[in-house]
Amino acid sequence: MEEVIAIAIGVLAASGVWLLLRPRTFQVVMGLCLLSYGVNLFIFSMGSLFIGKEPIIKDGVPQDLLHYTDPLPQALVLTAIVISFAMTALFLVVLLASRGLTGTDHVDGREPKE
Amino acid sequence: MSWMPHLIAAPILLPLLTAALMMMLGEKRRPLKARINLFSSLLGLGISILLLQWTQQTAVPGSIGVYLPGNWQVPFGIVLVLDRLSALMLVLTGIIGVCALLFAMARWDGAGSSFHALFQIQLMGLYGAFLTADLFNLFVFFEVLLAASYGLILHGSGRARVSSGLHYISINLLASSLFLIGAALIYGVTGTLNMADLALKIPLVPEADRGLLHAGAAILAVAFLAKAGMWPLNFWLVPAYSAASAPVAAMFAIMTKVGVYTLLRLWTLLFSGQAGASAYFGGDWLIYGGMATIVCAALAILCAQRLERMAGLSILVSAGILLSAVGFAQPSLTAGALFYLVSSTLALSALFLLSELIERSRSAIEVLLDYEGEILPRTQGSLQPPKGFNLDDEQKTVVGQVIPWTMAFLGLSFIACALLIIGMPPLSGFIGKLSLLSALINPAGLGNAADQPISNAAWGLLALLILSGLASLIAFSRLGIQRFWTSEERPSPLLRRLECVPIFALLGLSILLTFKAEPLLRYTQAAAETLNNPQHYVMAVLGTRAVPSPEAKAALLEEQP
Repeated sequence: MEEVIAIAIGVLAASGVWLLLRPRTFQVVMGLCLLSYGVNLFIFSMGSLFIGKEPIIKDGVPQDLLHYTDPLPQALVLTAIVISFAMTALFLVVLLASRGLTGTDHVDGREPKE
Repeated sequence: MSWMPHLIAAPILLPLLTAALMMMLGEKRRPLKARINLFSSLLGLGISILLLQWTQQTAVPGSIGVYLPGNWQVPFGIVLVLDRLSALMLVLTGIIGVCALLFAMARWDGAGSSFHALFQIQLMGLYGAFLTADLFNLFVFFEVLLAASYGLILHGSGRARVSSGLHYISINLLASSLFLIGAALIYGVTGTLNMADLALKIPLVPEADRGLLHAGAAILAVAFLAKAGMWPLNFWLVPAYSAASAPVAAMFAIMTKVGVYTLLRLWTLLFSGQAGASAYFGGDWLIYGGMATIVCAALAILCAQRLERMAGLSILVSAGILLSAVGFAQPSLTAGALFYLVSSTLALSALFLLSELIERSRSAIEVLLDYEGEILPRTQGSLQPPKGFNLDDEQKTVVGQVIPWTMAFLGLSFIACALLIIGMPPLSGFIGKLSLLSALINPAGLGNAADQPISNAAWGLLALLILSGLASLIAFSRLGIQRFWTSEERPSPLLRRLECVPIFALLGLSILLTFKAEPLLRYTQAAAETLNNPQHYVMAVLGTRAVPSPEAKAALLEEQP
């Protein structure tokens, strides 16, 4: 499973960086989105990956990390998701404002000279 | 005093509650909101000063105050920690906040909605970033202050602001991603996010994981260095800061210092001399990266044509000096750097406010410049008075005109700002630079013979400190002559009294620092000593016990009859 997650993070991050380097603002937004997905998965995987283990203490199960998955990265990832979602929404507003003011969707606010 | 530890949380809670109150007041009622904002900012400043005094009084080694907001046992719950360095930064933030707000109240706060609420949230993020002792909490406060700054940088709208704001936001979103990756890597290796706990765990990291830890720390550092403005991560800074409205830019003068502060805090804790194989990891990067920043910014300042741009570049010069000085991990140098930080932040903030007033008179006659529309240097011919201009009966240029008070005020403030930033005597900028220079030449302290010769890096920083001062001197004198001495017909700018008060206050404080340099230098010396001995910090944080619940207290009383 580690390989699948690693490949997924790699693909997300690589596409994110590629899109981030593109000249159109919408591509940049998508790039930042993909990058934050990759980062979120990365944080999640830092708590080591298990199948069928819970982060919440249950009665009758010994309380150590052999029987549970680490709950902290899951809490961190929740915070990170909320923050990156809000920031992307804010970025979209600025993108629209820039489109309206400059009349182009180029990141520099003007079309490159031919 | 028993309520004193609780006061540590007040600088975060107060702006949060004020901002919430303002959201409830709705879109209108600006004068009321401005008054509430001012009252809250002043109260925050007062609390910061109380906290600063408190760090001076306590008998604890390193005088560190710890507060557990959730009353959880230390490495698990979040912690707020107050030491000399964070108290100093709190007071500096408070002062700059009040001054920027006073300036904004004259004119700027009406340029868009929600200025006051955003302003308070910005203050909350800044105060929180200076107080927190937990890596992830630091991320949250960074996002709070960034979110507010995204709103503030667009305050007043306009093409230049939106365009540079777009760059500013995308760079910072990327830096936040890097922050998360770095924090996650460090958590993966050490299993903790508490800074004091990290300081204990890092020497124990197994050799196989050390590379991963260093990679995590380096990625984290890139995020902070982008914030602090190290070359080549600082290309976004000058357009964004020079496009922002004046009070916002004045607030932003402290934002690069947040990056410097977090680097100083984390680096001295995580990679101190006691960190075993990781001791002083990346110090050379700070030294030489800081020097590269000074070189680039000093060269750019020579060709800057607008005052806002020069102020932005001066921020970069001071950031470079601070980063480089911090990288030496030498307490006397850190003490000098902290003094320089206070003095330069006050001066730069004043310069941003001043530049708007000076350029206001220009924009009355010239088309408002686009941010990329750098005008070329004036040719010599334009220095001659144009025909029919300002001549008396004998067709001679009038000499000895009465200078309007506004021009006198602007000119004198400009000179004071320039002296502070260049680091020329007699103002406090000189004392800051002098203490840096003397710490570089006498690593063991004045009068003590050093065991080893002065390193090449120290000579390099010494030369760059002086040369960057020279570059600023040339640039500021040229711009001052252009703005104040050329005979060019322009209306004397209209100033409101409220706009002069904050500049006067900031510069007055800088002048006060010149006379009261010794107490502040002693204070920064003590702060640097605390940073150099992280075990005090670690012991104070990890030694704090959660307050027992009433039941536990009752049980304890029953056990001991």
